[in-house]
Amino acid sequence: MSVLEIRDLHVTVGEGDDAKEILRGVDLTVRSGETHAIMGPNGSGKSTLAYSIAGHPKYTITGGTVTLDGEDVLAMTVDERARAGLFLAMQYPVEVPGVSVSNFLRTAATAIKGEAPKLRTWVKDVKTEMAGLEMDPAFAERNVNEGFSGGEKKRHEILQMRLLKPKVAILDETDSGLDVDALRIVSEGVNRTREEGDVGVLLITHYTRILKYIKPDFVHVFVAGRVVDEGGPELAAKLEDEGYAAYVKDSNEQASAEKAASEVVTA
Amino acid sequence: MAASSLPSQPSPPTGTTDLTTQPSTLASELFAPGVGAQAGPPTTPAEGTGTAGQATPGAHSHGGPAPTGSPAERFTSTDPDAFGVPTGREETWRFTPMKRVGLLLNGAASDAHLTWTSDLPEGVELTSVEAGDPLLKGLPEPADRLAALTRQRSGGAAVVRVPQEAQLDRPVVLGLAGTGGDDVVWGQLVIEVGAFAKATVVLDHTGLARYSGGVSVLVGDSAQVTLVSVQDWAPGALHGGQYDAVVGRDATFKQVVVTLGGDLVRLVSNVQYTGPGGTAELFGVYFADETQHQEHRLWVDHAVPNCRSNVLYKGALQGEEARTVWIGDVRIRPTATGTETYELNRNLVLTDGARADSVPNLEIETGEIVGAGHASATGRFDDEQLFYLCSRGIDAETARRLVVRGFFADVVQHIGIDALQDRLMRTIETRLGALPGLEEQEVPA
Repeated sequence: MSVLEIRDLHVTVGEGDDAKEILRGVDLTVRSGETHAIMGPNGSGKSTLAYSIAGHPKYTITGGTVTLDGEDVLAMTVDERARAGLFLAMQYPVEVPGVSVSNFLRTAATAIKGEAPKLRTWVKDVKTEMAGLEMDPAFAERNVNEGFSGGEKKRHEILQMRLLKPKVAILDETDSGLDVDALRIVSEGVNRTREEGDVGVLLITHYTRILKYIKPDFVHVFVAGRVVDEGGPELAAKLEDEGYAAYVKDSNEQASAEKAASEVVTA
Repeated sequence: MAASSLPSQPSPPTGTTDLTTQPSTLASELFAPGVGAQAGPPTTPAEGTGTAGQATPGAHSHGGPAPTGSPAERFTSTDPDAFGVPTGREETWRFTPMKRVGLLLNGAASDAHLTWTSDLPEGVELTSVEAGDPLLKGLPEPADRLAALTRQRSGGAAVVRVPQEAQLDRPVVLGLAGTGGDDVVWGQLVIEVGAFAKATVVLDHTGLARYSGGVSVLVGDSAQVTLVSVQDWAPGALHGGQYDAVVGRDATFKQVVVTLGGDLVRLVSNVQYTGPGGTAELFGVYFADETQHQEHRLWVDHAVPNCRSNVLYKGALQGEEARTVWIGDVRIRPTATGTETYELNRNLVLTDGARADSVPNLEIETGEIVGAGHASATGRFDDEQLFYLCSRGIDAETARRLVVRGFFADVVQHIGIDALQDRLMRTIETRLGALPGLEEQEVPA
């Protein structure tokens, strides 16, 4: 049983006078076995939340806490976070020329497990998981993400999640750029992980499309760097019908009110 | 020079090779947007051309007045004095540390020699010719003073002969080991491969020496020749050399240069074609540590129709005053219609205090070509790659080694000899530090 707790998280991007606050007090708790969907318009800070939890150096944490089973995630290096059980499926996976998928996967598994997996079972596991994601075996000998199509990159991300078996998986717009077949294949991969174990899933998406395949237990509406509404699956249905317009309007009004207030204070 | 042919064991059975790079790497680099086939003088600047660590303005040209000063017509002579004594201001010497190369340039004639070991497949002859032999008169001429001194002082040449139509069952391996000593070793090697023959020749340089050695490869019509030159010298070694390939009609010449050791290595590789349909592939890897100077200069002279050349050199640098220089000159003369050429140089700067210079030059004098292009990029280890690998639990050091290893494997795999590839990758890995827990890395698909 694991729990990822995010409390009053504030994050900026940029340095000094150019620093811009992207996350403005995020509160979220993800427990094993739960699937949370974070939905919001473009530019609301959804991806910033994902990358901040993973530890991307571009983002600066200016306040709040993130803990995994009570351990301070923010004090860990990027690789320590992964070894602690966090996984981020990226929206734009990075090409690594000269490093084959098979070499990469085994190196990652060795790092996560603390010892090299037994060769025979490992090869079998990789084959099985690749077949489950309908990936050609030749894929293993290609260089990581190099020349991959959008769908291949996302399948490769889910393949890693399957093999590395994280406690909490953050899926950042895994549905973007996928055709219907690829979306189904990728979603089935995520669902297998949910059924098999006690993984907590944080599913970040702009659209409700993927939620037809991966049923969330909780839906959080994310606007202007914070969670503005929470509910069950019915909230996703509402967003499908009405979009984010109402939330964005509220948020704008609130932002101008805050700005006016701060101007009064500084004046 | 005295070339002794010593019997030695054939190459050990090939182990599993652990090179994971796909041909697609090369293809994707070669056919990236903005580079590649174009008729007439290319107008697309290569991305990221130039120098890391310290800017070299104008280190890039597309024909016209070359700011680097590489002349379209290159002066050659067998007379050292025809070149004058280099000061370090000349185009051909301006990147070279003159004090160190001076130990070669100012070295006296000597009878010092390297220790030779050879593995000669059946049918291959290792012999020698005296100075003044007609074979030597017909070789491409020296292009700088050091090469001319070398030709003069080597007093003849060692000759490797592969008869025409020979199909060798294994590579010709010449181990050239330095034994220390301050005298300059002057050497000249001629590799003569007959028409329709297929041969691989490995020059494996090790030990401590001050060595200036010329290598001329005469590739007969329709022959397929691979020359591998490994510079695995001990610290303190100095190595200068001019490598010439004369590529016959419809012949294929592949050269793989691997420079890892030594204090200073400066190799000048030239290619000329004697008939149409020839192909030259020049591959190189270099890895410079603290204070090492590694300089590779290339000159591909397209003067006959329908020939191809492809150049891929990759280098990594780490440590204070690690220094690499890559000069890639390609000339397409008016007569060389139907030429197809591409050259690519990539440098990976791993630490502060290192400097890589990269200067591609392409001179095109006919519009009737299939394609001509070049690219050069010098950069640091990519932060996004690092983040991606670390986000999978891989620590930063291992991630760095993984990427650099892949960077080198991309070129080393072109050698085509598993045992040698494995040895070189092990040497590179030792330099990078060991990859923990990855002994059984290869995962069969």
